[in-house]
Amino acid sequence: MTETKQLTCVGCPAGCRITIEMEGGEILSIAGNTCDVGEQYARQEAIMPMRILTSTVKVTDCPYRVLPVTTDREIPLKMIDQAMEIIRTTVVKAPVSFEQVIIENLLDTGANVIASRSLPALH
Amino acid sequence: MRKYSAVVIGGGSAGLAAGITLKENGIDDVLVIEKDDMVGGILNQCIHNGFGLHTFHEQMSGPAYAERFMIRAEEVGLDIKLNSMVTHIHPDRTIEYVNRDEGYVTIQADAVILAVGCYERNRGALAIPGQRPAGVFTAGQAQRYLNIDGYMVGRKVFILGSGDIGLIMARRMMLEGAKVYGVAEIMPYSNGLPRNIKQCLEDFDIPLYLNHTVTNIYGKDRVERIEVSKVDEKMQPIKGTEMYFDVDTLLLSVGLIPENHLGDAAGIEMDPRIKGPSVDENYMCSIDGFFACGNGLHVHDLVDYVTLQAQRAALGAVHYLKNGPAEEKAVKAVPGNGILYTVPARIHPHHIDKTVEFFYRIRKPMDEAVITVKCGDRVLRRQTKKYLVPSVMERMMFAGRQLEDVDGDITFEAEEVIHD
Ligand SMILES: Cc1cc2nc3c(=O)[nH]c(=O)nc-3n(C[C@H](O)[C@H](O)[C@H](O)COP(=O)(O)OP(=O)(O)OC[C@H]3O[C@@H](n4cnc5c(N)ncnc54)[C@H](O)[C@@H]3O)c2cc1C
Repeated sequence: MTETKQLTCVGCPAGCRITIEMEGGEILSIAGNTCDVGEQYARQEAIMPMRILTSTVKVTDCPYRVLPVTTDREIPLKMIDQAMEIIRTTVVKAPVSFEQVIIENLLDTGANVIASRSLPALH
Repeated sequence: MRKYSAVVIGGGSAGLAAGITLKENGIDDVLVIEKDDMVGGILNQCIHNGFGLHTFHEQMSGPAYAERFMIRAEEVGLDIKLNSMVTHIHPDRTIEYVNRDEGYVTIQADAVILAVGCYERNRGALAIPGQRPAGVFTAGQAQRYLNIDGYMVGRKVFILGSGDIGLIMARRMMLEGAKVYGVAEIMPYSNGLPRNIKQCLEDFDIPLYLNHTVTNIYGKDRVERIEVSKVDEKMQPIKGTEMYFDVDTLLLSVGLIPENHLGDAAGIEMDPRIKGPSVDENYMCSIDGFFACGNGLHVHDLVDYVTLQAQRAALGAVHYLKNGPAEEKAVKAVPGNGILYTVPARIHPHHIDKTVEFFYRIRKPMDEAVITVKCGDRVLRRQTKKYLVPSVMERMMFAGRQLEDVDGDITFEAEEVIHD
């Protein structure tokens, strides 16, 4: 059974509408893209969509309650719920430096969760 | 009264970039005034990634983009006054501000750069009928509560308006464990960037209801339920199409408006199409010595363009401080058929230093369009563009030479190309 997936490319503002035909997990065809970025993106999306994950973690000893964090590379979309469970229970102590590693090798993805900004300690 | 060469009002991405560029170009006596307790502006609450692709050639989060500029501001020794709110500006370029340490202060500047950002349209501006319970927030307010103050505003959420902030908050609330029931958009297309439709809605199976709006809000103390209806071509709700969602929170993402009241009160001319000041090729306003940039000029969806235009506004101010205003009558850049607005909205055709770049938005989505720029009957430029949407700002560069013969207003037009 051939399966058809519709995608909007996010590679650039053109937002090409890409159609992927798949059968048994194999890509049969990719159409609608106008450049290589689109093809790469469609291939990745069809097999394993990857995303940067951004959120906040609790911070103590700081004038602010939360610290914005981001993964330093993309992680599989399907692992995002599991990743959030870890992020939601993480607490760090101020001061925090810019891009400080907060969680190392998140769920064995090879991605670290790092601080999106620096934060001062109280006083 | 203390005098400065240049004062920048607002320390968001626009104000920081403008201040840094002034310093880098030999203007030493610069002050940035910011009402918040930190610089960075809206970027501090935009913790998602997608910033800086053009400026730094990498994707970073909003706070990270801001931090890069703070580091640079420190390197160039930019003087920033925090917790200080500008209350009035005057045509003679005096500026009044207040803060807790100094009280009420008046200063004067040779050049003033307005980098004051924008505000969100709220429920009052929409006039949704129904009760007035708690639980209705603008998306930006909710974003600030969650990402800076660390509080969730609700658990069962519906979002009105498919602007980028709404889309980004849909994902953010889902990640934090809330359930987002849907996003309603009154237009037949979304105003959000395609990337956000994909990664904020589709990734989380959140439905987008196009041609729909919220027609009633129910609840005594807190929102309990909302009514959503389909609308016709005139955007009027259609009877019999009502849907009900039992939610405790309604987020409004229904548009941003440049924060123009300071400039307006000083008599600076506003461009009704952008609701911010009408500026020339140097980003100078209708009153000499005032410049505008960032969301306080027109609403941007890409911070890179905010930075770029703020740098140009600062260079415009440097030029003005050295040479004074252009001794030439400006011609208008008029948005014709299919074009919503252009920035700049007027130019001095014989005072263009090498190039001038126009930013414009089109009125409705078009798969392919021909953009024509004319002066009278003369075509200055014709360009074919693909996949145009109102949410993506377009740009067109002119060399000064191409504008040498311009002797009247120039008009921008977009004509859709239909292939069958
Ligand atoms: C929710 C949201 C999401 C976005 N997402 C993206 C994205 O993913 N990628 C991207 O590239 N761009 C994005 N943008 C666009 C971009 O980040 C903004 O357009 C840009 O940061 C605006 O900068 P600004 O300096 O013009 O305004 P602001 O950041 O709002 O700064 C204005 C500053 O002026 C200060 N101020 C105002 N009035 C006064 C006064 N009277 N006295 C003293 N200070 C004053 C304010 O406190 C504020 O700090 C997003 C924008 C928003 C709103």
